[in-house]
Amino acid sequence: MTEIKEKSSTVHMIPKTSVSVLFAGDSGDGMQLTGTQFANTVAVRGSELNTFPNFPSEIRAPAGTISGVSGFQLQFGSKPVYTPGARFDVMIAMNSAALKANLKDLHRGGIIIASTEGFDEKNLRLAGYPEGANPLEDGTLSNYIVFPVPVLQLTREALKNSGLGMKEIDRCKNMFVLGLLYWLYNLPYEGTVETLREKFSKNPAVAEANINAVKAGHYFGDETELFANLGRFDISPHKQHGLYRRVTGNEACAIALTAAAKKAGLELFLGSYPITPATEILQTLAKMKKWGVKTFQAEDEIAGIVSSIGAAFGGALAATNTSGPGLALKTEALGLAVIMEIPLVVINVQRGGPSTGLPTKPEQSDLFMSLYGRHGDAPLPVIAACSPVDCFYATYEAARIALEHMTPVICLSDGYLALSSEPWKVITEESLADINPKIQPARKPEDPPYLPYKRNEQHVRAWAVPGTPGLEHRLGGLEKQHETGNVSHDPDNHELMTRLRAEKIEKIADSIPLQTIDNGPETGDLLVLGWGSSYGAIKTAIENAHEEGYASVAHAHLRYLYPFPKNLGQILGNYKKVLIPENNNGQLLHVIRDRFLIEPVGFSKIKGLPFNEMEILDKIIDVIKELE
Amino acid sequence: MSDTELLATAGAPLTARDFASDQEPKWCPGCGDHAVLQQIKNTLPDLGIKKENFVFISGIGCSSRLPYYVSTYGVHGIHGRALPMATGLKTARPELCVWVATGDGDALSIGGNHFIHTLRRNPDLNVVLFNNEIYGLTKGQYSPTTKLGLRTVTSPSGVIDHPFNTASLTIGSGGSFFARAFDRDGKFLRGVLTRAAKHKGMSLVEVYQNCPIFNNAAFEAFTPENKPDLTVYLEQGNPLVFGKSGNKGIMLDGFRPIVVDIEQQGLSTSDLWIHDETDLNKASILARFTDDREGDDEPLPCPIGILFAQDKVTYEDALTGQIAAAQAKGAGTFEELLKGDNSYVIK
Repeated sequence: MTEIKEKSSTVHMIPKTSVSVLFAGDSGDGMQLTGTQFANTVAVRGSELNTFPNFPSEIRAPAGTISGVSGFQLQFGSKPVYTPGARFDVMIAMNSAALKANLKDLHRGGIIIASTEGFDEKNLRLAGYPEGANPLEDGTLSNYIVFPVPVLQLTREALKNSGLGMKEIDRCKNMFVLGLLYWLYNLPYEGTVETLREKFSKNPAVAEANINAVKAGHYFGDETELFANLGRFDISPHKQHGLYRRVTGNEACAIALTAAAKKAGLELFLGSYPITPATEILQTLAKMKKWGVKTFQAEDEIAGIVSSIGAAFGGALAATNTSGPGLALKTEALGLAVIMEIPLVVINVQRGGPSTGLPTKPEQSDLFMSLYGRHGDAPLPVIAACSPVDCFYATYEAARIALEHMTPVICLSDGYLALSSEPWKVITEESLADINPKIQPARKPEDPPYLPYKRNEQHVRAWAVPGTPGLEHRLGGLEKQHETGNVSHDPDNHELMTRLRAEKIEKIADSIPLQTIDNGPETGDLLVLGWGSSYGAIKTAIENAHEEGYASVAHAHLRYLYPFPKNLGQILGNYKKVLIPENNNGQLLHVIRDRFLIEPVGFSKIKGLPFNEMEILDKIIDVIKELE
Repeated sequence: MSDTELLATAGAPLTARDFASDQEPKWCPGCGDHAVLQQIKNTLPDLGIKKENFVFISGIGCSSRLPYYVSTYGVHGIHGRALPMATGLKTARPELCVWVATGDGDALSIGGNHFIHTLRRNPDLNVVLFNNEIYGLTKGQYSPTTKLGLRTVTSPSGVIDHPFNTASLTIGSGGSFFARAFDRDGKFLRGVLTRAAKHKGMSLVEVYQNCPIFNNAAFEAFTPENKPDLTVYLEQGNPLVFGKSGNKGIMLDGFRPIVVDIEQQGLSTSDLWIHDETDLNKASILARFTDDREGDDEPLPCPIGILFAQDKVTYEDALTGQIAAAQAKGAGTFEELLKGDNSYVIK
């Protein structure tokens, strides 16, 4: 570390390439807002960025307790960052519960900025510290650099002339901390000032108090001697020039559906029922009426998907979004969409299961249900997103496949991608793949009869939309006669139709890209095969492995889980061993073993938490050592 | 495709035959569904709607096979889910004329949740509820409208579930139209169906439909001989008069409807309850006529016809109105969509 320049502050400035910060406090402490503001500022400055909010499923769990702790983690850097950081370098602990809940994930030697009022007798007791113990005073934090700051007292002092009541003043304490962090990381606070003015435009006194709290935190950094020995940090911008926006995975899904509908020249319909962590997709689309988006908040998950099937029959790009329990409820209707052979996008934002499970925690445990969770032989394409921005591309691709291949498609995201965000360079309409729905034109009287289940060479039937003269036809859940679509119980016909439906999905492999190696050699000792949100952690782990001299490790990440890219088997054969990290009890592992008759090494993490790069790196090294 | 269908697309007036599909109805001989299908086919040509703009949606059950027998667009969906499918279709395509064929099990049991919520949303759907008070397709189990005490294969000692009152459920759920008719009363049914089709909003037509196989006795009381005494046909603005000789009427005693003998009690028809289908309170009382009431000397007749019809904004109109308002200053462009409203420039 070298000193680069002196600022007005006497504290020296230290350049760094990346840092991971956790804002943690009680769910009432405004940590999500604080973290989001910090992330916005960092993004606008041009840093690489990845964020991850982590909050309890209770709206207001008992204040001061471990279960009430809400956190917002982010990593930003002057080089690409793909995760919010395996461990944080800096932790803001607004109370003792926040410290206790997160200390294990703080780097040894990491920085703790603790709001001392959150470490009073009552808070320590609620956090479960033994009588008389206070980590800020008893030396148990000697492995970390601790800065106790009387945040509440300083906020009250700064805002004593604000004209606000004590309660409202106290609520500004998160903005004080934000200001202090801006100072510590040499970031401007003007963007936040602007945001606060907008946010509280109806209550200027509150806006000014929050702004003054931000400024007070910043001045505190300048004035206090507390950080004199530590220094301030400067992370230089990295992003290329241009226009950016920041999106969460859920927002990206919503934008993608609207974009796909526009690109295909269709109307978008979303039938949906609120469920954590998928709800923001419905919420985002409900606000997109300007683009003609129709959202329908159904009475239950079943009505959500069935209304979408109705809209799809009517010629709309129809979608439904849900999470595990909801997907379970939708399975019967998915079978109907399969046999009707109509386009439908199902976005499943996975969370910890089974049953209600861990509603706010991510998991990748709906792969089996997505692939196999229907009665009868009812295959459908399954694809997965691997980052918040990739939620856009995965959802768009799901819509393309659904519309061009006349099939329901499941697009998998998870609670981690859904709520995480990253900067996204604004794209143009032209950069998006064309989408060509197979819409059947009107039939003239002299034309031959319309056959609803007549297929093209890809086994795709045409989409005959009500209102089109001459194409009147009936679809339904009963087995269809080949080509005519009439009800048929003929044994041979059922076998034929079952095979045709399966082949239709398998033929999609002809038109999707071949699997590529994300990083590492084309052949070698070890292939780490991932899918979904583990992308960032695996990518970082592979980079670290290469840096540490493990050159023969490669990374392939699956977007297409069914059907697989045609060259996947060949790729798997190019390595001595395949390692499959998953946030589940080994589901892709089973699928790969079943399909390719190989014995990969599974690596399961089933904690309701995403992978971090360190644990994957450790596993890579273990497997390589065993190979040797 | 039949020749008549081709004629229809060429602009000649449509007839009932134009709406017959090439599929043979597979209902049992004597099933009331045949008669209802015929009246639906009779009604459609009168509506002045192009054939390609009709869609029939159904769930599962005997009556839900109906879309296969009508030569319009149609979907025979899954059990209980006809209403959300129809809602999605109507929301996406408000210009279509969407009909739903459903039964007492499909609509009121497995689809009960959708039933109440679709009613309160009020999409412009024409819903024909074939009520035979039994599960026919699964061979004779009791349904949510089966009368107390009936012995069926799943209630060998008699049904102990109190049945739904379809009219009360409809009105209580915020429905905007409820009518009742008999399967065998073709001309009357056709009139009711026409009114239902013209009602803007969700119209619920309950058809008392006989299942000759599993519940043949269900509507036995309403034989041509008994029917005049056991039913009252509702006509807007007219008094509630019934009985073989038209001698009976209904009066309101406070909120309690009572049967009166017009001649014997020296009453005139102007003393009687005058039907007003737009009156929610009266409709709520009418809906309860079919309940068993202890202490009545004479049971109330079953109201037939339009019990309730009220103007209420439709779901799709409300939604398209919101979209139009959002687009008042121009629809969103592709560029705006991709750029978002929180974009920033890195210089």
